[in-house]
Amino acid sequence: MAYPLMVNGRAHQIDDDGQTPLLWVLRDTLHLTGTKYGCGIAQCGACTVHVDGQPMRSCSLPLETAAGSEIVTIEAVAGHEADAVRTAWVERDVPQCGFCQSGQIMSAVALLRAKGAPSDADINLAMSGNICRCTTYNRIRAAIHDAAQASGQARPV
Amino acid sequence: MSRWRRSRSAGARRRRFRIGCLPLLAIVLAAIILVAAVALRPRTLPEPGIIAAIHKPVEIARLRPVSAFSSIADPDARSLALFAEAGRVIQHPRCMNCHPRNDRPTQTDAMRPHAPWVSRGPDGAGEPTLRCSTCHHAANFAASGVPGNPEWKLAPVEMAWQGKSLGDICRQILDPARSHMDRTALLHHMTHDELVGWAWHPGGKRSPAPGTQAEFGALIKAWLDSGARCPA
Repeated sequence: MAYPLMVNGRAHQIDDDGQTPLLWVLRDTLHLTGTKYGCGIAQCGACTVHVDGQPMRSCSLPLETAAGSEIVTIEAVAGHEADAVRTAWVERDVPQCGFCQSGQIMSAVALLRAKGAPSDADINLAMSGNICRCTTYNRIRAAIHDAAQASGQARPV
Repeated sequence: MSRWRRSRSAGARRRRFRIGCLPLLAIVLAAIILVAAVALRPRTLPEPGIIAAIHKPVEIARLRPVSAFSSIADPDARSLALFAEAGRVIQHPRCMNCHPRNDRPTQTDAMRPHAPWVSRGPDGAGEPTLRCSTCHHAANFAASGVPGNPEWKLAPVEMAWQGKSLGDICRQILDPARSHMDRTALLHHMTHDELVGWAWHPGGKRSPAPGTQAEFGALIKAWLDSGARCPA
């Protein structure tokens, strides 16, 4: 059965089993390999994408549930929050091995869209589902604060 | 002259017992080839076939039907016995995991703290920045092992059951100020609620609540009809 999927602004018809995790559709069918397979059981957050604006773990989202939704992956996430996060990530030299970072960035962008100036507690609440084996958490936190500040200044009044 | 002869004959003796490097290397090489040939010799592989999956059967616990309590003549004792039987469901991990005493759910049959760290949020379905729906969807998902239900959320904190005795839980569910339900709504919740019903169809390796939702509802109804007595 073919499922309609809007990914990064492009419409697709995905002919696959409805129980296929969205992650495999993104990586194997659409070749969007920026979204990573970490654990496959929604424990690490490496596969985070935006589904209708909400961060979701694509390893735990069946294709049949994702069908009809608008999906944004790390390849196309845009806007002043995304720009600010990207700049802060580079300036803080956040990634170490980098494997979890696309998921971290997708969660961070979603956080900044929901809360323009998050506190440390807000960051803990939003980012606790994204694990970094290199333990770059301090740099992630600092970069989110930097991005919040830059994004706040860039946000249209 | 004689010394030269002596040393020459001694050298000849030594040469008789010496093995050169090349023969030694050849022997070692031959040994390696022999071992490799034995190890890698063509053998008949096992016939391909379907290997039966060995699943640990999920233990199905039964509930005693309401009729099993009709022999108890004393109405109060019968009411208490009915609630004790229903309590096997109420205090089962499938129910208790979503009735935590703080803002964090527990999970698995061992009722360990939920991983990743999540919080109930304003509506019981997670914080706005980390909703339950980040991972949990409308149905159990076998590929990731993540359970799901359209109504997935925690019970209100006023309905915390963890760490409480069955008697305390009993008094709590009968108190509309804490349960937010009158007795009709309570019976409906126990008998027909979609998320409560998930406890009997949890999927994966999660053990289901005892009996069926209909049997549980019948016990609750009989308990309410018999005066809704609570254990001490």
